[in-house]
Amino acid sequence: MIRIGQPRQDHLLIVDMVEQGARVLDVGCGDGALLQLLAQRKNVDGRGVELSQRGVNECVAKGLSVIQGDADADLADYPDDGFDYVILSQTLQATRRPREALSNMLRIGRRAIVSFPNFGYWRVRAQLAFRGRMPVTGNLSYSWHDTPNIHLCTIRDFVELIDELGAGIERGVALDHAGVPIRVHAPWWVWNLLGEQGVFLLARGAPPQ
Amino acid sequence: MTESEQAQQQSAEPQAAPGGDNGGDLVGAAAARTNGKSVVFPVEQALVTDGGGCIAPLAIGYETYGALNADRSNAILLCHALTGDQYAAGVHPVTGKPGWWEAMVGPGKPFDTERYFLICSNVVGGCMGTTGPSSVNPATGRPYGLDFPVVTIRDMVRAQAMLIDHLGIETLFCVAGGSMGGMQVLQWAASYPERVFAAMPIATAAKHTAQNIGFNEVGRQAVMADPDWRGGRYLEQGVRPEKGLAVARMSAHITYLSEAALQRKFGRKLQDRSAPTFSFDADFQVENYLRYQGLAFVERFDANSYLFVTRACDYFDLAADYGGSLAQAFKDTKTRFCVVAFTSDWLYPTSDSRAIVHALNAGGASVSFVEIESDKGHDAFLLHEPVFIATTRGFLEAAAAARGLKGRA
Repeated sequence: MIRIGQPRQDHLLIVDMVEQGARVLDVGCGDGALLQLLAQRKNVDGRGVELSQRGVNECVAKGLSVIQGDADADLADYPDDGFDYVILSQTLQATRRPREALSNMLRIGRRAIVSFPNFGYWRVRAQLAFRGRMPVTGNLSYSWHDTPNIHLCTIRDFVELIDELGAGIERGVALDHAGVPIRVHAPWWVWNLLGEQGVFLLARGAPPQ
Repeated sequence: MTESEQAQQQSAEPQAAPGGDNGGDLVGAAAARTNGKSVVFPVEQALVTDGGGCIAPLAIGYETYGALNADRSNAILLCHALTGDQYAAGVHPVTGKPGWWEAMVGPGKPFDTERYFLICSNVVGGCMGTTGPSSVNPATGRPYGLDFPVVTIRDMVRAQAMLIDHLGIETLFCVAGGSMGGMQVLQWAASYPERVFAAMPIATAAKHTAQNIGFNEVGRQAVMADPDWRGGRYLEQGVRPEKGLAVARMSAHITYLSEAALQRKFGRKLQDRSAPTFSFDADFQVENYLRYQGLAFVERFDANSYLFVTRACDYFDLAADYGGSLAQAFKDTKTRFCVVAFTSDWLYPTSDSRAIVHALNAGGASVSFVEIESDKGHDAFLLHEPVFIATTRGFLEAAAAARGLKGRA
C-alpha cells in the first residue's frame, strides 16, 4: 500500500539519526515521505504538522497522523517531552520566528533534527557577488518576490544560534550539490562554503563535543 | 440477553437475533431500508441520566447498513446531528428523501456498506423510535412532555453503548459524526476509550459556547411562546406548536449556512415577483426558503424533542467533566482520531476543532486534523465535498489496515 520512490539523501541522513521505535514529530512534513520512510525503516511512532491542506490530505490518506497547522503558531501547544525527536526538514527558513521554533522543538523533543539550505554555499555567494542577483539554486528555487523563505541563514549563523539557545550539536553534516554528505573533516567555514545544505542533530543542554 | 425485540411503527420485518452470526441485517445502503428497527430494554436495564433521572423501559430506534464480519471488528457507529435520526442512508420513511449522510454512506463511499457494518441510532430524547418526551411515561400513562428527564450528550452515548452491547459488539472500529454527532464521538472516546478504535469528530466542539447556547435559547423560546405548546402537553390536547417550532428551525437553519452560501443561493433576489410588495409577504427568496425549511421540519420533528436535544448540547462541556482539562479526557488514549473542520463554519468554527486537537496532542493521542476549504458553512459535512470525502476515505482505509480489516469484498 505504501509506495516509495527513491528516498531523498537528506531524508536518509535524518533516518540514520533516529533511533528505532522512537516517537517522532515531523514539522512541515509535506506529503509525508519522511514519516513513511521513518515508519518503514525505524518503526517510529510518527506524527506530522503540515501547513498545506493538500499535504495534510495526502498524509491522512496514507494513514499518517498529521495535523494541519504551522510551526510558528502550533508548536507552543505541544507539551514538554512529548517526543523523542522533533524534525524540521527544509522548513526553518520559512518560519516567521526561527529562534522560537527551535527552542520549542528542543522543549517538545529530547532531540531535534534540522535540515536547511545553506546561504553560505559558494554558488549562492557567487550569484550575489558576481551577478548581483538574489540567488536561485536547486534548494532555493524561488525568485526573490515569491519565495516562502523569509529567514535564510548560513551554516555558521545556524551554529551560532544553537549556541545562543544553549543547545548542543550531536551531529552536523553538510551535503554537497548532489545531496551527498561531505566526508572531509573540516572547520565550519569550509562546510559553510561547500555545503549546499546542512543537517543537524541537536540536543538540549551543553554540547557534548 | 433478555431484551425483547420489536419492530417499530413501520414494522416491515423483525430483525435477526442479536446473538446470531450476522448481528443484524445484511442489507446494502443502496436498497431503501425504511423499516425501523428497535430494541426495548426492560425496566431492570434503566438508563440513569446525568441529571438524576431514570428512563425505563428504554427503547432505541436504529438502522444498520452492511454486514458485521465474523470477528465483529468492522462496526462503525454513525452519530446523527441535532435534528437528524437513524436514517443515515437509504430513503427516509417519513420524508421520502435520502438519508442525511447519503453523500458518505453506501457501496464504494467512504463509509462503505460493502466493507463495514454501519449502525445509526436515534438519540435519547429524540422522536424517531427512541424514548423521548413524546413517548408514554409508564408512571402516568400519558406522554412524558416536560416530565422527561433532561438528558446530556453522555446519556445519549450511554444509551448507544447499551445498543452496541445488545448487538454483541465489543469494540467499534470507528465512531463518526458531525455537529452534535461529533460531540457524541468525543464523549465515546472519553467514556469508552478501549471500545473505540478510531474516531472522527467533524464540524464540532468540546463545549457549547455562550453564542451556541444563545441561539438554542432563541429556538426554545420560540417553541414555548407558541400558544399551542400548552406547557409541553400539546400531544394530549391534539395540537402541535408548529409555528414556534418552524421559527426555531428557521433561525437555527441560518446558523448552518454561511453568508457566502446564502448570497450565492439567494442574494437579494425576489420570489415570484419583479418588485417588492411593501408588505410582510415573503418577498425575498431567502424568506421563502426559510419558511419552507421550517414547514418541512415540523412534519418530521417533535417540538419537545427539540427542547431536549438542544439542551443536551448546551450542557456539553467535556473538559468540565475532567477537572477543566480537555487533555485529561483523552489521556493515554489509544484511539486514532481524525478531526475535521470547515473554513466557513461559524457555528463550530475551526478554533473549536483546534482546541480538541491541542488537547489530543497534549494527551499524546494519534490525531489527524484537516480544515477543509468550503463556503457551505456548518452543513458542509452533510454535502458532497470531495476533499472531505477523500479525507474520510483515507483515514478509514488506514485505520482499517491498522485494524487488520480486509479490503472491499
